[in-house]
Amino acid sequence: MVKHYSGVMVIGEQHEGIIHPVTFELLGKGRSIADKLGCKLYGALLGYRIKELAKELIFYGADEVFVFDHPSLKYFDPVRYKHNLVKLIKEVKPELVLVGATNIGRSLAPRIAAALNTGLTADCIDIQVDENGDIVQIRPAFTGNIIAHIKTRTRPVMATVRYKIMRPLKRDTSRKGRVIEVDVEDIGDTGITIISKVKDKEVSIADADVIVACGKGLKKPEDIKMIEELAKLLGGVVGCSKPLVDEGWMSRDHQVGFSGNVVKPRLYIACGISGSPQHLAGMRDSEVIVAINLDPSAPIFRFADYGIVGDLYEVIPKLIKEIKRRKLNHERGDSK
Amino acid sequence: MGLHIIVPIKYVPDIERVKFDVEKGRIDRSSAPGEINPFDLHALEAAVQIKERLGGSITVVSMGPPQAEAALRDAISRGADRAILLTDERFAGADTLATSYTLACALKKLQPFDLVICGEKTVDGDTGQVGPELAEHLGLPHVSYVSEIRDVSRDGILVVVDMGRSYYLVKLRMPALIVVTKDVNKPRLPTLRDKLRARRAKVEIWNADVLADIADMSRFGYIGSPTTVHRITFPEERGRKARIFTGVNAIEELLKVLEVVLKW
Repeated sequence: MVKHYSGVMVIGEQHEGIIHPVTFELLGKGRSIADKLGCKLYGALLGYRIKELAKELIFYGADEVFVFDHPSLKYFDPVRYKHNLVKLIKEVKPELVLVGATNIGRSLAPRIAAALNTGLTADCIDIQVDENGDIVQIRPAFTGNIIAHIKTRTRPVMATVRYKIMRPLKRDTSRKGRVIEVDVEDIGDTGITIISKVKDKEVSIADADVIVACGKGLKKPEDIKMIEELAKLLGGVVGCSKPLVDEGWMSRDHQVGFSGNVVKPRLYIACGISGSPQHLAGMRDSEVIVAINLDPSAPIFRFADYGIVGDLYEVIPKLIKEIKRRKLNHERGDSK
Repeated sequence: MGLHIIVPIKYVPDIERVKFDVEKGRIDRSSAPGEINPFDLHALEAAVQIKERLGGSITVVSMGPPQAEAALRDAISRGADRAILLTDERFAGADTLATSYTLACALKKLQPFDLVICGEKTVDGDTGQVGPELAEHLGLPHVSYVSEIRDVSRDGILVVVDMGRSYYLVKLRMPALIVVTKDVNKPRLPTLRDKLRARRAKVEIWNADVLADIADMSRFGYIGSPTTVHRITFPEERGRKARIFTGVNAIEELLKVLEVVLKW
């Protein structure tokens, strides 16, 4: 008898022994879809010396976790990772495979999809099951100007899903599940050699809770210091719009926008950013958006929750001064 | 002997000028003039820089409507030696799987090649999937998110890859495929002379029959595409109407907001 496609599989991601949070978000979504379809939720995790991490996927909702622990998988080699996962998917036959739309996921998932000759939908912001029981993948396209609802007629249905969109379940250490250690096949030379780590990023802006971003309203690169000071006071990091990267004032690690990083912090403060479509596509889903801009007709105000029409060179120093004063008062208050 | 580099490019509408009919749920591509996908210019520039150092030739390939010939001509003015347009009704309506399969068939016809360089994603489809899918169809090693090309030789290419939290130095054996980001270079503008030369250059037109001997034609176009868009909606404006703080109390008001948001 031919085995039918059943189950939802989440391909987890870990970096130097730390699980990327998008994995837990996918498990949260995967759990609700699996419950709706009445099937199992599988997890998969690849790396080296990561066996202990596998149970975390159970705590966040998986029923069964396949762990691939092998020295050859220490670093992300798309061909090696693909080889192991294609084998697994062919055996387990899940109906739906979810992968984080991170740099690693967006490099890996297409290779798996092409190897399986199945459909892959990129960068989804939601996955639903419609009244016919069909899986519907929802994603922005045309630089975020439209939202496409996509169905896949091959199995498994595959999708990469954006970070910080889905909600993870609460970590529950009493959850029971099965961890299955897979015999990893070393396929030898793939033509890819990861030689060394060059450096960590200056900031991991996609992870930040608070971002203070600056744009063309900034007059000279030295003024980034002021933005940095505000960001630090608010416990956040500095972002910027594309022109500042093009000018060489900041590295792309800081860039927010369609060609930079898509972010979704709790608080986004846009200073001297007019709000081009390319920038908006990278930050419009932030929880609270504050805009500070000289031009009251700047598009950014249509996407912001709060705004100050004014010169950032007046507003920000005042804001910094006021926050410092309050913090000082607060500390004095605490010590009493 | 220099390298043979292939750069797949896409003809896309100028995204700032596309009209979106929110009420009818339609995209009017004809409202915008077309151009080379801006991300692909970085791939082409990377190829030109390698050619300048090591010699060789660059072939650009595009799948699209007949108008896409303009994008290929632009690519010639920017340094491509040969341009091929895959255009046929049978290619139309392709998703990334069918697109990458069709391109893979075309690239097989263009063998031998040493390196394929793709742009990060397109401004219309915005998937970034065609590069890695193409590598899989061709059985080539690949890396995506290449932010720097350190060294190239006949045997291999040394690149810096952005893996999200860190950058890694990676070596690929040739033939290989790399997907580059905008960090990799700053594309140059073609000179007027280059533009005039490109106007007279030949763009080869290939239809599905050209690929017939090596292709499974059921994998082309709409028929070969497992994913279909069954509905289009428009993002909610979320009803965000900025509350604007003005006057002497503006900072005070903003601080109140920050207090709530950051739970001070």
